[in-house]
Amino acid sequence: MSARATRAWLLSTPALILFAVLLLVPLLMTFLLSFNSFDFYGGIGSDLSLANYAEVLGDSYFYEIFGRTFLIALITTLICAAIGVPQAYILYRMSPLWRSITVLIVIGPLLISVVVRTLGWAILLGNKGVINTALIDIGLIERPIRMMYTSGGIVLALVHVMVPFMILAVWAALQRQDPAVESAAESLGARPATIFFRIVLPQAIPGVLSGSLIVFSLSASAFATPAILGGRRVKVVATTVYDEFLNTLNWPLGAAIAMLLLASVLVVMLSWNRLVERRFGEVFQ
Amino acid sequence: MAFLELHSLTKRFGAITAVEDLTFSVERGSFVSLLGPSGCGKTTTLQMVAGFETPTDGRIVLDGRDLSGVPARERGLGIVFQTYALFAHMTVAENVAFGLEMRKVAKAERTRRIADALDLVHLSHLEDRYPRSMSGGQRQRVALARALVIEPQLLLLDEPLSNLDAKLREEMQLELRRIQREAGVTTLMVTHDQSEALAMSDSIVVMDRGRLRQDATPFDVYEMPQSSFVSRFLGKSNNLAARLGESGPDGAALHCGNVVLHGPKADLPPGPVEIALRPERIALTGPDGGKLRGTVAERVFMGNQWLLRVETEIGDMLVMRYNTGRREADIGETVGLDWNPADIRILPAETNPA
Repeated sequence: MSARATRAWLLSTPALILFAVLLLVPLLMTFLLSFNSFDFYGGIGSDLSLANYAEVLGDSYFYEIFGRTFLIALITTLICAAIGVPQAYILYRMSPLWRSITVLIVIGPLLISVVVRTLGWAILLGNKGVINTALIDIGLIERPIRMMYTSGGIVLALVHVMVPFMILAVWAALQRQDPAVESAAESLGARPATIFFRIVLPQAIPGVLSGSLIVFSLSASAFATPAILGGRRVKVVATTVYDEFLNTLNWPLGAAIAMLLLASVLVVMLSWNRLVERRFGEVFQ
Repeated sequence: MAFLELHSLTKRFGAITAVEDLTFSVERGSFVSLLGPSGCGKTTTLQMVAGFETPTDGRIVLDGRDLSGVPARERGLGIVFQTYALFAHMTVAENVAFGLEMRKVAKAERTRRIADALDLVHLSHLEDRYPRSMSGGQRQRVALARALVIEPQLLLLDEPLSNLDAKLREEMQLELRRIQREAGVTTLMVTHDQSEALAMSDSIVVMDRGRLRQDATPFDVYEMPQSSFVSRFLGKSNNLAARLGESGPDGAALHCGNVVLHGPKADLPPGPVEIALRPERIALTGPDGGKLRGTVAERVFMGNQWLLRVETEIGDMLVMRYNTGRREADIGETVGLDWNPADIRILPAETNPA
């Protein structure tokens, strides 16, 4: 190894140690744990088998939870794209002063603790919450609409916190485009709507795709929001893992579910990425 | 009535006046350059013609039609941007097709016109490529084809060659002029490069600080500059302050310090003037000949020519000499400078130097 390479490795050692101790080791231990057996009276056994995986994959209860989790993540991603793309374009067209103010507002949700933010949503969405009380008081509805403990409520709160990631990703993509292309399209006879859909949007697609990747994977593994707004009723994978670890105390089963979540999110991300590369590799990069 | 006419065009941005009272015209089929240093208002002028900026005052008339209030997309102008502004997500053919699609040209005719346009710029073999995989010169041609395919009344070029390297730029100058002639399209080009403007244009409009300084053919702008700015901006020039004496029938006497030079007849009243003399019009003679004596202070070899800086009692003079393969006067050598008095240009003294 050359002196240069040695120095590079030495310099990255602290980060590598941190990475290994805080991420790789726990992940590896969880992985190993997922093969252990569990007995209600005897606790965690030391034998290794695929029994935990068989249990998860053989039970429709878990399929329902995984299905719900990915559906929530998918809908959250779609809504984030629908809100994030126009917002990013507006941001891109703003004057610098308003832009910096708006960026601050956009990343606002990320500055608030997830628990506080989600409890805020609980106050708004509850049966006796702000929205229902207001709607009943002005006579629009007679009985409260149920919004707490529903998948819809979870999606709403997830969109709130995920939309900044989408906006920032799309905005970055828009900034890479030549500002003169819109003028060029206009001079060729395109109307503003045509310019947006045929010129601006296609060039923002790489940003939408990378934003989707972030939003989807964070939504699929979100814990606090579904835990507070979904409660016992609407379980997602992350809350199920939590329950297995802390209520049933069946750590190996919880570890197996966690591993399956990790694997399925990875598969989605990698195939998404390949799709993007194949479709846009020649055009962008 | 000329094809394109700008009447007292003015543009102010707050307190800043970018273009002031600009009037000139462009004949049908000709190639006109707007030339000036950066910040002189030439790009703003182009933006107003294109319809991207609204004039504060004045009118733009294209083929007898007043363009005020006509949006850019309805002006039907072909524009080549400095950055080319190609649509990165479309192939070459799709880029060229865009303007035709906007005009709802039928498929068969569209295909034919795209082929013609790409043929004109010699890019037929690359129609399925994406801009990202092309060289600067090729992208420039795509931008040109895209602008010409809509058969514009007017072609606007915004610093079209500034992103190319020097050698390619010279090739493209000729190429651009060929394409413009073949397409027969009236063209207005913005540039800060005087050699580009001289080489390509039928007529040059020189601008400085928002104002028109001279509007003439390249030859006249170079040979008969009407101001100190124009003489110094186009090519190299030795500009000296002088005092104009009485003009006789055979010319005028010019007092430069203690030296009296003879120049051509001047229309200016006696008093302070500026004289300009091109470096290539000065000949070197022996130390005792010529009109002025000086010492070579600097010598630059440029391949086909030499550039000398000669210190004289009225100031430094630049002298351009063709390299004929013979030895050139060396640094420290005393030489005589000679020229034809008719080559001196007498200009009004600059009251507000740039």
